[in-house]
Amino acid sequence: MSRSVATITAAAPRAGFILRRRRGYRLLTIPAMLVVAAVIVFPWLFTVYMSAFDWKIGQAAHFVGLGNYAGLVTNQRFLESIVHTFYFTLLAVIFPLVLGTAAALIFHRRFRGRGVLRAIFTMPMMATPVAIALVWTMMFHPQQGVLNYLLTSIGLPPSLWVYSPKFVIPSLVIVEVWHWTPLVMLIVLGGLASLPTEPYESARLDGATEWQLFRHVTLPLIMPFVVVAAVIRTIDAVKAFDTIYVISQGGPGTASETINLYLYLQAFAFYNIGNASAVVVVFFAIIVALALLLLHVRERARWAA
Amino acid sequence: MSSPAEIVGGDAARSAPSSVRAPHRSAARLRLRRLARKLAFAFAVAVIVSPAILVFLWMLSLSLKNELSNMTYPPVFVPDPPTLANYVQVFSENSMGLYFRNSLVVSGFATLIALVVGVPAGYGIARLRASRTLVLILIARMTPALSFLIPLFTVFQFLGLNNTLTALVITHLVITVPIVVYLMAGYFETLPRELEEAALIDGGSIFSTLRYVALPLARPGIVVATILSFIFSWNNFVFGAVLAGRATRTLPAAVYNVLTFEQLAWGPLAAAAIVVTLPVLLLTIFIQKEIVAGLTHGGVKGA
Repeated sequence: MSRSVATITAAAPRAGFILRRRRGYRLLTIPAMLVVAAVIVFPWLFTVYMSAFDWKIGQAAHFVGLGNYAGLVTNQRFLESIVHTFYFTLLAVIFPLVLGTAAALIFHRRFRGRGVLRAIFTMPMMATPVAIALVWTMMFHPQQGVLNYLLTSIGLPPSLWVYSPKFVIPSLVIVEVWHWTPLVMLIVLGGLASLPTEPYESARLDGATEWQLFRHVTLPLIMPFVVVAAVIRTIDAVKAFDTIYVISQGGPGTASETINLYLYLQAFAFYNIGNASAVVVVFFAIIVALALLLLHVRERARWAA
Repeated sequence: MSSPAEIVGGDAARSAPSSVRAPHRSAARLRLRRLARKLAFAFAVAVIVSPAILVFLWMLSLSLKNELSNMTYPPVFVPDPPTLANYVQVFSENSMGLYFRNSLVVSGFATLIALVVGVPAGYGIARLRASRTLVLILIARMTPALSFLIPLFTVFQFLGLNNTLTALVITHLVITVPIVVYLMAGYFETLPRELEEAALIDGGSIFSTLRYVALPLARPGIVVATILSFIFSWNNFVFGAVLAGRATRTLPAAVYNVLTFEQLAWGPLAAAAIVVTLPVLLLTIFIQKEIVAGLTHGGVKGA
């Protein structure tokens, strides 16, 4: 009896000390939490709330419940924008993944000028998207653009690029690939840097070819990093806005109108806030679903490996 | 993971002949092979780096040529003679100075506020091991920027804050705060805790421990967080395009709104594009290594 009292009294100050410390650390996070609540959480809740109203700026709001969502299900233009978004995303994930991984393998080697060349390679990712989009607009120009000059000078027919409904999305993907392949490269490069050397040494001793080394040693080991890059790339590609808005404005017609562009028009051209809010909620659900799907793939890949 | 094992324990029969055959190869052929491999590697490097170089060079070339050589076909690649007339025109016909200042104010204040609230928060999260808090940050990263904009636009409308720099600074916190919190939490986790423990046991408060022990050690991390947060705020286009008025436009919004509609000439457009993105590229080169490290771990990008 007396012994347990002694342990309690001895432990009490220490527990209080730790508790007080945790409270101190928590206090430090409060200002940031308030900011996050104001500019991130509040807009979120407000969006969900507004999606239940038929409301244009400057007019009275009517409660319509799930009416906005019901309208979206039959909205041909919105449904097409989902298709465009998936098409754009698929291309804008696969190409940067393949090219970025290849670039990471190259920059993982030691060679003269590696630092400078890697710096140049990563520059597109930091460049201001609007500025770059303007330059690509000029390069895509069917008559005076430098891209058609390059095509014809190697004997290929000129293209209409972003002026053709058929080629506008692949053309926009080219810009996206140019922009974000470096990010994939950096993530995979980080993975390569953390690889153990033993499997390589023993595999080499056994006479494995370079290709076998890559296919059976490197690739399985860097796969988790490639999947992380795929998740990040998918989220960013689905959300792509600046490039598309500046270069094609969703056109010609609505050929390159993605969910984000449709959303922009609804909100800031037509001030159709209620409908736009419903689009945001659906859009976010799509992003979360894609991210979870990819993370699920990652888990399965881990078990398989 | 079975594949490496296969190779490791693999058939000795396959490796044996190659070691036997090797001495028979003539030295010249071996050298030729090595040279071919080197050339192939150099070619691969060139292929992978050239798109980045070529687009920037073409941008520079467009900005340094007069309108006549920008419009001729086939295109003129090297400006002859190079001219700065496009830059002069962009600055004299537009309030580029004002837009530049707006961008500086918005990104500067948004980054400053993010540091003030984000560095202590990152420290608190790291020491609490509250990595779950970071999920909120991740969700913020997944949310499309436009979805923050609709509610904030409505509220600013209500408060009469639309077309002000204040509204822009507040909105840019959506970009800067998550970046700073995320990077700083990651950085503080890598710092050793012994010194802090000593300070706390000696009776120091958590705040003074952060101020005098952890902060000085975290300086490199703070530099990276500052620069990345500034860059992604600077690069943001859509917030400025929607919320800013004529006099409060940031550079990216101004370049799109003012220049594309009011002057379609390529030279000035390319010059303006360079003016917008040059500060960012210079910052990038300046702290290249740290940026690489920061982005590799965080996979951070603006909203």
